[in-house]
Amino acid sequence: MVELLRQAWAVARKDLLLEFRTRTAIVSAAVFAALVLMVFNFGRDPTAVATIDLAPTILWVTFTFAAMLALNRAFQLELENQALEGLLVSPLNRTSLYWGKLIANLAFVAVVEAVGLPLFVLFFNVPVWHVLAPLVGVIALATLGFVAVGTLFSALVVRTRFAELLLVVILLPFLVPPLMGAVQLTARLFGGRPLSEVVGYLKLLAAYDIVFVSLASILFRFTVDE
Amino acid sequence: MLWAEGLRHAFGRVVALDDVSFSLTPGQTLAIFGPNGAGKTTLLKVLAGLIRPQGGTARVDGGRRAIGWIGHQSHLYGHLTVLENLLFWASLYGVPAARRRPRAGEVLARLAMTDRSDQPVWSLSRGLVQRAAIAKALMHDPGVLLLDEPFTGLDLAAAAEFRALLAELRGAGRVLVLATHNVDEGVELSTHVAFQRRGRFVHFAPRGGRGAAEIAEAYRRAMTDG
Repeated sequence: MVELLRQAWAVARKDLLLEFRTRTAIVSAAVFAALVLMVFNFGRDPTAVATIDLAPTILWVTFTFAAMLALNRAFQLELENQALEGLLVSPLNRTSLYWGKLIANLAFVAVVEAVGLPLFVLFFNVPVWHVLAPLVGVIALATLGFVAVGTLFSALVVRTRFAELLLVVILLPFLVPPLMGAVQLTARLFGGRPLSEVVGYLKLLAAYDIVFVSLASILFRFTVDE
Repeated sequence: MLWAEGLRHAFGRVVALDDVSFSLTPGQTLAIFGPNGAGKTTLLKVLAGLIRPQGGTARVDGGRRAIGWIGHQSHLYGHLTVLENLLFWASLYGVPAARRRPRAGEVLARLAMTDRSDQPVWSLSRGLVQRAAIAKALMHDPGVLLLDEPFTGLDLAAAAEFRALLAELRGAGRVLVLATHNVDEGVELSTHVAFQRRGRFVHFAPRGGRGAAEIAEAYRRAMTDG
């Protein structure tokens, strides 16, 4: 287990260092999140629907699409000089490779969300500070689930044509359960309601995380080995 | 040691490996010559564990940790420096943390690349990238080196220096498997010679006292017969 984690950290550290050097994916995703929020802000009639009713959906749609940009790059960067082939020749455990990519993707998406949340507050004037801790908890739970699935599918499509489009097409159906849970939980938080009203959705998010992190860890090697 | 027994593999109707068997002991070098599409790269990929053969078995003493791979592609990350690349790959091969930098220093010095260690790989010429790829393959001091057209991109002086390095490694008991379509490359290094055609070894024998001209003539005959 120590060796698995050590190798996973080596992969994650390398990915983070590469992203730090280029900053292409993270800047693109953060700008994209800002643009989506801006489009929602100016593209709605504030007199027709109350902001607070739309806000949870807007927040999660923004996070989801911005995260997809980050997920796309996870294995794309391994195509440079066929580095993926080098990883597969090496004694790197396939589970470590998956965990390393998962850690790096979680870090990327967390940064994008950290940029997106204040912008969301700015554009929609939703008071989040009094529910910030539980909101961060909900964001963390939902993000872990969809990044776990996204990382697996990102590896699956990387060697296909139109990988970026294909990732969106196959990933979105799998994101329905965590998105549904996240939107419901966020709506309750914004409405000042107790989370105990929707404890079922909390359990759904937790179960989704456990099931898909475990499944993806097991299935990952089938996506990369020839 | 390295064993291959009855290896068979096909991509659709294209036969890449057809009953290939051989074994090599420490200090032996097999040079595999064959035209493009003969199955040389597939054979190396099977030996490296990148492709699971449809028939037969291949085994390397020490498993993946004992294999060094130098192929068409460098497997290096363009936005990392040469040294960062070497340290990353060494960590995957289980080189102890305290040993990585000194080992990188030794390997870079041997390849006359010490002054390039802090340069990002993207800024290097094709020949220097190939030398960095060789350094990467040697970081974990592999017992078996699999070389797929390793002289690609090297200038005459660098190629001669690389041949000297390979001879040194062979003298130190390493097993080398070299695949190339150019008979002049690597003949002097080899203890064994194989000609591969449509996946099959049509010739496999110790080189004995045969020189490049004799090997080239035998290769020409083997490729035109039948």
